[in-house]
Amino acid sequence: MTQARTLYEKIWDAHVVERRDDGTCLIYIDRHLVHEVTSPQAFEGLRAAGRPVRRPDLTLAVPDHNLPTTARVDAAGHRLPIADAESAGQLAALERNTAEFGVPYIDAVAERQGIVHVVGPEQGFTLPGCTLVCGDSHTAAHGALGALAFGIGTSEVEHVLATQTLLLKQSKSMEIRVDGTLGFGVSPKDVILAIVGRVGAAGGTGYVVEYTGSVIRDMSIEGRLSVSNMAIEHGARSGLIAPDERTFAYLKGRPMAPTGADWDAAVAWWKTLPTDQGARYDRVVILDAAEIAPNVTWGTSPEDVVPVTGIVPDPESFADASKREAAQKSLDYMGLSAGQRLQDVAVENIFIGSCTNSRIEDLRAAAAILRGRHIASGIKQALVVPGSGLVKRQAEAEGLDRVFTEAGFEWREPGCSACLGMNPDKVPAGERCASTSNRNFMGRQGPGARTHLVSPAMAAAAAVTGRLSDVRELMG
Amino acid sequence: MKPVSTIEGRAYPLGLKNVDTDMIIAAAWLKTISRAGLGAGAFEALRREPGNVFDDPEYAGAPILIAGDNFGCGSSREHAAWAMLDRGITAVIAPSFSDIFSSNAFKNGMLAVVLPQEAIDRLIEVAKTDPIHIDLDNQTVTTPFQDRFVFEIDPFRKHCLGNGLDEVGLTLAMDAKISAYEQNVAADRPWVAGAVAA
Ligand code: SF4
Repeated sequence: MTQARTLYEKIWDAHVVERRDDGTCLIYIDRHLVHEVTSPQAFEGLRAAGRPVRRPDLTLAVPDHNLPTTARVDAAGHRLPIADAESAGQLAALERNTAEFGVPYIDAVAERQGIVHVVGPEQGFTLPGCTLVCGDSHTAAHGALGALAFGIGTSEVEHVLATQTLLLKQSKSMEIRVDGTLGFGVSPKDVILAIVGRVGAAGGTGYVVEYTGSVIRDMSIEGRLSVSNMAIEHGARSGLIAPDERTFAYLKGRPMAPTGADWDAAVAWWKTLPTDQGARYDRVVILDAAEIAPNVTWGTSPEDVVPVTGIVPDPESFADASKREAAQKSLDYMGLSAGQRLQDVAVENIFIGSCTNSRIEDLRAAAAILRGRHIASGIKQALVVPGSGLVKRQAEAEGLDRVFTEAGFEWREPGCSACLGMNPDKVPAGERCASTSNRNFMGRQGPGARTHLVSPAMAAAAAVTGRLSDVRELMG
Repeated sequence: MKPVSTIEGRAYPLGLKNVDTDMIIAAAWLKTISRAGLGAGAFEALRREPGNVFDDPEYAGAPILIAGDNFGCGSSREHAAWAMLDRGITAVIAPSFSDIFSSNAFKNGMLAVVLPQEAIDRLIEVAKTDPIHIDLDNQTVTTPFQDRFVFEIDPFRKHCLGNGLDEVGLTLAMDAKISAYEQNVAADRPWVAGAVAA
């Protein structure tokens, strides 16, 4: 009888090209997503060494980080120029490099364009049991479909382009189990914020995590993508979820998913992947769903999580000295004081988007709160940025765009937008933003910007009231 | 990558401790699309100081940099190694390096030579007037004045640097194994490749 193995071990074992004496393995990479920021030097390295891309057919490139989210073509259908010369240069380089090396490329004005981590699952490029990499730390998102997915640096991007492999040491394994039933108004984003709060920003370092339990099992694929997306925020390079019937139903018929007999063979293999009874994890963390509330962050680390009904903690309440110091620094930056009720905190900006929360279910959840309501007078900017052109089209077909615009939101083109200060969408210095993105680091949304991470429905609630609010009070 | 055997030439006698990656290349340079050209931004903040070694004609084009403890600390940006190489610096001698910087240096064919502080002090003296000689095969740093310092280096890294093997090149040498793996997958799980038709 073979030894009981975890999902992670099964995927790992299936991808070992060679195992070295020191335990390092050459691991085959099935899927490689490429965007404009971390790839130019990798392509340049290939060019300098005269090397081709080994498997363009396993590679997919799409621009997202630098793209402005305002209109990309004029009324006559002509492409509009990008004002920032360096952003334009990075975007043009991706287009050139993919053409030169024969890598499939989704153009900035194509309907399939979107945030790389939204596009992969949506196209069926991401598959269960695959190894998937991208030069971006939120690559963990694809683990929601049962892919071993993680972010890599530029030298590694080049290594994968040239060899379709990476030299890796196996990580430790951690199970994070969320059992029970989620309460009224509690979303997948609240679940992952609760997990990050519990495990801590560095608690998963050195681990590959598997999210399990009834809450994860009952969650939609889109919800699972929001959860796995933030694995890196608790330090884990990958956040896996076992593939199941929901996964197969989500993938079936996607443009790049297998078809016919291939589909049947794939599903048969995917069904063998879930962790065996009796397999061991190096660490297990258990959360009770009943204890998870709609959450919000108060500080400048994603681990700074409290229920929206809570108060800003006193830095002195932290046991460890470095955390006390960090908390005080966070409060100074955020312009908050200990003991303040989160629900009294006024916000001027709302951002609904990013690879964490820009899929159709996210937009539906936000629109459900906004229907028949309007943003508060203190809101200076409210952006809703669909994760891809296909999400945008779907939302428009459902009339969600009108719900958002009638409520006073700006309905934008897909991209990373205000998740990071790289394109024109930024939060002004000193202003506060209720954001559905994944990082509240100092300056992440622009120099001096103050970020509160929340779910899409919570962002909508904050838009309506002009302050951080408990969405449950606005739900019918 | 070019094989490294000896590096000979003038050395910037910087001597500074805790040179971080922001000092080597500031964040504003990360929107670039090239490894090349970053040399213009290398040590930008230090170069604002009058009389800095980088703008002293005495050391123009020096291939070696001599620094203090903890060289390359800070972020993981590979741009730091690229910026130095683009300025023509192919070796750094220091008492210690950050792990990430030495790995990035190695991945880009740059020598990170560790020597004790006494040796650094002596080399900084010499560097002000004369060239320095680094010999990878013999693992020595020598001067025209009979100084001879022996340094340690990981045998695997020495092998790679000496033969100009970058990691990509090394893995490509295992091409037969990768191809065999691909053939197995094509037979067992044909949909892995078959699925992607962008
Ligand atoms: S949306 Fe934000 S987190 Fe996601 S890939 Fe873009 S910049 Fe990174």
